[in-house]
Amino acid sequence: MGAYLAKRLGYYAVLLLAAVCLSYLLASLALDPRAYFAGRQPPISPAAVDHHLTVIGVNDHRPLLDRFWHWAGRAAHGDLGRTIDDTSVNAEFGRRLGVSLRLLLIGTLLGTALGVLAGAWTAVRQYRLSDRLVTLASFALLSTPVFLLAVLLKTGAIWFNNTTGTDLIQFTGEQSPGLTGGFGTVLKDRAVHLLLPTISIALFAIAGYSRYQRSTMLDVLGSDYLRTARAKGLRRRSALLRHGLRTALIPMSTYFSYGFLALFTGATFTETIFGWHGMGEWFISSINKNDVNSVVAVNVFAAVVVLLSGFLADLLHAALDPRVRHA
Amino acid sequence: MTTAVVADADAVVENRPAGRASVVLRHFLRNRSALAGAAVLVLLFVLAFCGPLACHWSYTDIDYTALRRGPSARHWWGTNGIGQDVFAQTVRGLQKSLLIGLLVAVFSTALASLVGACAGYFGGWTDRALMFLVDLLLVFPSFLVIAIISPRLKAGGWIAFVGLLAVFGWMITARVVRSMTLSLKEREFVRAARFMGVGPFRIIWRHVLPNVASFLIIDATIAVGGAVMSETALSYFGFGVQPPDVSLGTLIADGTGSAVTYPWMFFFAAGLLVLFVLAVNLVGDGLRDAFDPTARRRTGRRG
Amino acid sequence: MGGEDPVLRVRDLRVAFGGVDAVRGVHLELRRGEVLGLVGESGSGKSTIALAVLGLLPDSATVSGSVRLDGVELRGAGDAALSRLRGNRIAMVFQDPLSAFTPVHRIGDQIAETIRAHRDISRRAARERAVELLDLVGIPEPRARAAAFPHEFSGGMRQRAMIAMAVANEPDVLLADEPTTALDVTIQAQVLDVLRTAQRATGAAMLLVSHDLGVIAGTADRVAVMYAGRIVETAPVHELFAAPRMPYTLGLIGAVPRLDGGTGTGMLVPIPGAPPAPGALPSGCSFAPRCPLADDVCRAAEPPLRKLADDHLVACRKAEELQGAAPADVFPVPEVPRTPAGPDDRPEVLRVTGLVKTFPLLKGVAFKRRVGSVYAVDGIDLRVRCGETLALVGESGSGKTTALFEVLGLSAPEGGSIEVLGQDVAGLTRQQAAALRGRTQIVFQDPMASLDPRMTVAGIIAEPLLARGVARAEAARRVPELLRQVGLEPGHADRFPHEFSGGQRQRIGIARALSVRPDLVVLDEPVSALDVSVQAGVLNLLRRLKAELGLAYLFVSHDLSVVRNIADRVSVVYLGRTVEAGAVREVFERPLHPYTQALLSAVPLPDPGVERRRARVLLAGDPPSPTQRHTGCRFRARCPLHAELAEADRERCVREVPQPVPHADDHVAACHFARPRAVLTAEA
Repeated sequence: MGAYLAKRLGYYAVLLLAAVCLSYLLASLALDPRAYFAGRQPPISPAAVDHHLTVIGVNDHRPLLDRFWHWAGRAAHGDLGRTIDDTSVNAEFGRRLGVSLRLLLIGTLLGTALGVLAGAWTAVRQYRLSDRLVTLASFALLSTPVFLLAVLLKTGAIWFNNTTGTDLIQFTGEQSPGLTGGFGTVLKDRAVHLLLPTISIALFAIAGYSRYQRSTMLDVLGSDYLRTARAKGLRRRSALLRHGLRTALIPMSTYFSYGFLALFTGATFTETIFGWHGMGEWFISSINKNDVNSVVAVNVFAAVVVLLSGFLADLLHAALDPRVRHA
Repeated sequence: MTTAVVADADAVVENRPAGRASVVLRHFLRNRSALAGAAVLVLLFVLAFCGPLACHWSYTDIDYTALRRGPSARHWWGTNGIGQDVFAQTVRGLQKSLLIGLLVAVFSTALASLVGACAGYFGGWTDRALMFLVDLLLVFPSFLVIAIISPRLKAGGWIAFVGLLAVFGWMITARVVRSMTLSLKEREFVRAARFMGVGPFRIIWRHVLPNVASFLIIDATIAVGGAVMSETALSYFGFGVQPPDVSLGTLIADGTGSAVTYPWMFFFAAGLLVLFVLAVNLVGDGLRDAFDPTARRRTGRRG
Repeated sequence: MGGEDPVLRVRDLRVAFGGVDAVRGVHLELRRGEVLGLVGESGSGKSTIALAVLGLLPDSATVSGSVRLDGVELRGAGDAALSRLRGNRIAMVFQDPLSAFTPVHRIGDQIAETIRAHRDISRRAARERAVELLDLVGIPEPRARAAAFPHEFSGGMRQRAMIAMAVANEPDVLLADEPTTALDVTIQAQVLDVLRTAQRATGAAMLLVSHDLGVIAGTADRVAVMYAGRIVETAPVHELFAAPRMPYTLGLIGAVPRLDGGTGTGMLVPIPGAPPAPGALPSGCSFAPRCPLADDVCRAAEPPLRKLADDHLVACRKAEELQGAAPADVFPVPEVPRTPAGPDDRPEVLRVTGLVKTFPLLKGVAFKRRVGSVYAVDGIDLRVRCGETLALVGESGSGKTTALFEVLGLSAPEGGSIEVLGQDVAGLTRQQAAALRGRTQIVFQDPMASLDPRMTVAGIIAEPLLARGVARAEAARRVPELLRQVGLEPGHADRFPHEFSGGQRQRIGIARALSVRPDLVVLDEPVSALDVSVQAGVLNLLRRLKAELGLAYLFVSHDLSVVRNIADRVSVVYLGRTVEAGAVREVFERPLHPYTQALLSAVPLPDPGVERRRARVLLAGDPPSPTQRHTGCRFRARCPLHAELAEADRERCVREVPQPVPHADDHVAACHFARPRAVLTAEA
C-alpha cells in the first residue's frame, strides 16, 4: 500500500515537472512583454525596456532555451523570478495563496459535503417530488456558467441592497477598506465578504456532486449486498447508512479529483468578478500585462493543486475501499 | 440433407421485436423533460439562423437615435449603449456560440474516440504514451492554456479558437472510451474476430466503435453544452471571440455593468445561454436513459 | 406445535413487475425439518418467490396473496415487524456470494451484525460467535479469516460464510436461492454438504431453489416444478423422478444428459421451442405450444393444480395418460446420425504435447512490475483425430481456456508443441497461418457476448468468409444455406442477435464457425449458458453436424454429464496439467486418477435413488494458487488417496512429478498409485 502511494506520488512528480516546463515554454512563446510598455505616457525608450526585460529575465532577444534554463535554475531553488513590474513573484504568490485557498477550501468542502448528502437523499427518494425538484435545480445550476452565476449573485446583491437601502451584502474584495474595530467586527466583516463567492463555488460543487452521488447511490440501491443487509433484519435506514452510503462513496473519489479542476477554473472567474486578489485574478491580470513569470507561477500553482487533489483522491479511495488497499 | 433439419429448430421468432433505433426513440419520446429540451433546441437553432433574416437591423448597425432604449416595436429587444440592436446582436452571438459548441463537440469526440480506442485496443507502450498525454493535458487547467494562446491566434479567428477548445476538451472522454475498449477487447465477439484473422483497425472500426457509439452520442451532446460554457467564459474575459465579432460571452460581458439599470442588455443573452445549456443537458440525460433503460428502471427481477 | 402443521404456508402468491406477471398464483407448504426443492428454468419466477416471502422485492413489484409463518400473516406487515423476522426466523442464502457481501466490511463483522440485529449481546460476544459459526461451516483458521474482506475469500468460502450468516440465529426457515450455481462441482459438493449439515443441525425447514435436477435429486425431500410463473407439478422426490406426470417435468428429465450414460441411443430428448417470455404468455396452458400432447382444450384454458395422489399435485389435463411414460414416448427423438468408419486410421487434426503458458503476475498501477508468474498451463497434452470429439475437462482456473487460446493463436508456444493438421505452428509463414486459421474455428460459451450486437446475423456469419477474402456476393449467397444447416430460418438473416433466444444465438455462433468449412471446431463451454431444455437441442445439433460434415471437435467443458453425452475421448486437467485421458466410457467407468474420481463423484445425478447411495469422494479445500511452481504431484494436498498412503509412498508424491502412464488401450493416467474406483453407481 505504501509502495503504491509512493509510486503514484512519483508519477505525479513527473507530470508536474513536464507541466511546468511546458507552461514556461508556452507562456514565453505566446506572451509579448514588450507590448506592456508600448504606448506609455511618457514613452519609455526601447533601450530602457530592453534593460528592464533583461533584468527580470524575459527579454525575447535572448534565445528561449537560455531564458528557460536561467529560470529553471532559479525555480529549482524555489525562486520563481520577478513580475513584469519587477517585484518578487514569490512574495505575490504568498500574498495571494492564502486568499485563494480560503475561498476554494471553504467552498469546496461545504459544496462537497452538501452535494454528497443531497445526492444520496435524492437517490433514496427517486422520482418523488423532492428528487425531481433537486434534480431540476441542479440541472439549472449546471447549465449556468460559473461566471454567469457569480454575476447573477452580484446583481442580486446589488438589487437587494438597493431595495432594502442597506449594504448588508458585500460583494467587492475580501474586507471593507479602512475598517476599524474589534476582533468581532473584523470577523463579521470578513464573513459578510466571504458569503457570495463561497456560495457561488459551493453551489457549483453541490450541483455537480449531487448528480454523481445520486447515480452511484442508485447503483448501490439495486445491489445484492444491500438486499443481504435487509435480509439479515436491518431496517431500511441503517442498511442504507451502514452498507449503502459507505460503498457509494468509493467511486466518488475519482470524481473529486476531476471535479477539483472545474472548481479551480470556476474560482478564477469568481475571484475576478468579486474583486478578490487571489490566484485567479492574478492570472487574468498577468495575461493582460503579458507577465510571463507570473503566468507560469499561477500555472505551477494550478498543476500542484490538481495533482494534490488527485493524490488525496487516491488516498481517499484506498481508505474507503479495502480491495485497493490490499492490491 | 438441409431440408429435414428445420424440424429441430427452436421456436421460430414470430413477433419480430422492434429494432434498436426505434426502441431508443420510443424511450426518448416518453421522457417529457428530454422532449421539451429537444423542442427548445430546435427553436433556438431556428432563432439563431433565421432570426437575422427576420430583423432588418444587422448586428453591426448603429442607430444613433436610440441609445440604451428599452424593447420597442422598432428595436424588439432594445438597444445598447452605442445604439446597436440587442436582438440582432444576441441572435448573431447565439449563432456563433452554437456553431462553436457543435464543432468543438464533434472534433473533441472524434479525437477522444480515436485516442481512447487505440490506447485500449493496442495496450502496451501505445497505451502508456497516450495516457501520459491525457494526464499531462489534464494537469494543465485547459482554461489557462487557452487563455494564454487564444488571443495570439487572431489570424485564425474563431476557427482556431474552435481547434483550441477541441484540443483541450477530449481527455476525460478518451479515458472512458479506453476503459470501454479494454472490456470490449475481452468480449468474445472481438476475440472471435481476432481468431478469424480480422485486422486490428478493422476490428476497431467494425466492432469497437459501433459498440461505444451510444456513449459517444450522449457524450457529444453534453459536450456541446460544455463547449458553449467554455466559449462564453473565455469570451467573457476577452480571451475568446474577438470584436467586432460577437458571441453570447462577449454580449454578457458588455451587459454585466448594466444588468440592474438596463436589464435587456444583459438578460436576453444570459437567459438564452442558460436555456440552451439546460436544453442540451436535458436531451443528453434523456438520451442516456433511452440508450440504457435498465439503468433507469431497476426492477431487480430475477429468474 | 404438531409436526404436520406447515411452518411456512404460501397461498396464491402473485407478483407482477410493471404489469408483467412473474409469479402467477403459487401455493407452497414447507414443513418443519423438510427440504422442498423448487426447480425451474431461468425466467420461471422461482427466485422471485423467495424474495417475496422475505418481503424484499423492489418497490416496482406488486404482490398479492398470503405468506404465513407459523400461522402469522407476513404480507402487509410493516417494515419493523418484518425486520424482526428476517435473518432471525427466516434467513436466506443468496446465489452470488461475491456481490451478496458488502465489499467494504469484514466477513466476521457482517456475520456479527446479523446476530446483533436480533440479540442484545455485546459486539465482542457477537464476534466470538461469528468465529464459532465460521468454524461450524468448515472454514480453516476461522479467527484469522473472520477479519478478512469478502474479496479475499474464494467462491466456496464465501458461500460457506453466507451459510454461516444465514444460520447465525438458528432460523425456522432457510431460503437457499441457487446456492451453488456459480461454483465448481467439487466445491458445490462441499457446500451442499455444509448446507445439509447446517439445516439438520438447526432443524430448519429449507426451500432450495435450483435449476439443477441433480442438486434437487440429492438434497430435496419434496420437489415443486415451476414453469412460466406457476407450479406445474409437486411430489415427493422419488416419485417425481420415477413417475413424473406433467409433460414438462418429463421433458426436463429427458433433456438432461446423464453422467452414467443413461439408456438408449445417446441422443437427448429436447423440448421443442423455448420458455415463453413473461408478459408474452400463450392463452390456455402455458406449456401447450411446446407440448406434443396439447389439444384444443389445453389451449383454451389454464389447467388448475389438482391432486393426483396424496402428495402428488399436477397441473395437466393429460396426467392420467402419462402413467409410466418415458420422455421419448412423449417428445420426438431425433434420429441417431451415422458415424463414419473406424477410429484408428483417421488422420490427426490436432496434437498438443507438453503445452506451457505462463502469465506475468503484475503489481502496481502506473508502472507495473512483475512480481511472479501464473503457471496457467503447465503440461497439457491433447490429441484430436478427424471426425472425433475430444473433451477437455477441468474446473475454473485449470487452464483449459488458456490452452484453447494458445491453440487458436497459431503462434509458437512458450513450451511444448502444437501441431494443427500435421503442421507445427512454430514454423508457420504468414500465409500458412492464414490458411490454417480458416480450418480451425471457435464457438464461445456465451452466445450473447460472442455475437456483435450491432451486426445483423448475415453480417456475423459472413465475417469469417470476408476475413478470408471471399467476395461479398459469394459470402451473402452462402448465408441462407448455413442458417438452414443449423436449423434456423434463412429469412431471419437480416435480424439482430437480440431478436433470438439463447439457443438460437448459439446456433448462429455455430453457423459462423461452419461458414469457412473448418476441419476442427473448438467449442468453449458451448452449452453452459443455456437452459437444460434448450441445451439438449444444441447438443443434438452438434452431434448431427459432426456426423454429416465429418468435423472434429475440441470440446471444453466443466460439465461432465455433457461430456459423457457428446465426447468420444476425454482429457482431464488439474492446475494446468493433464492428469488423465482416454476413451470417455473407459475413463468414466474406470477412473484411475483420484482427481477424476472426485470430480465424477461430485457431479449430482438426476436420480434420487442412485444419487443418495453413491460413493462420495469429497475433496478438502480449494485448488492451490497457480502462482506457485509445484514440486512432485500438484494434487497431493487435496488427494484422498495420498492421505491413506504409507510414509515411503507419500515421499514419492512429494518428490516426483507423476508422468502419464498407459493403463489400458487408450487410457492414460498421471498418478503414481493409480487404481480404478467406480463412483457412478450406487454402492451395495
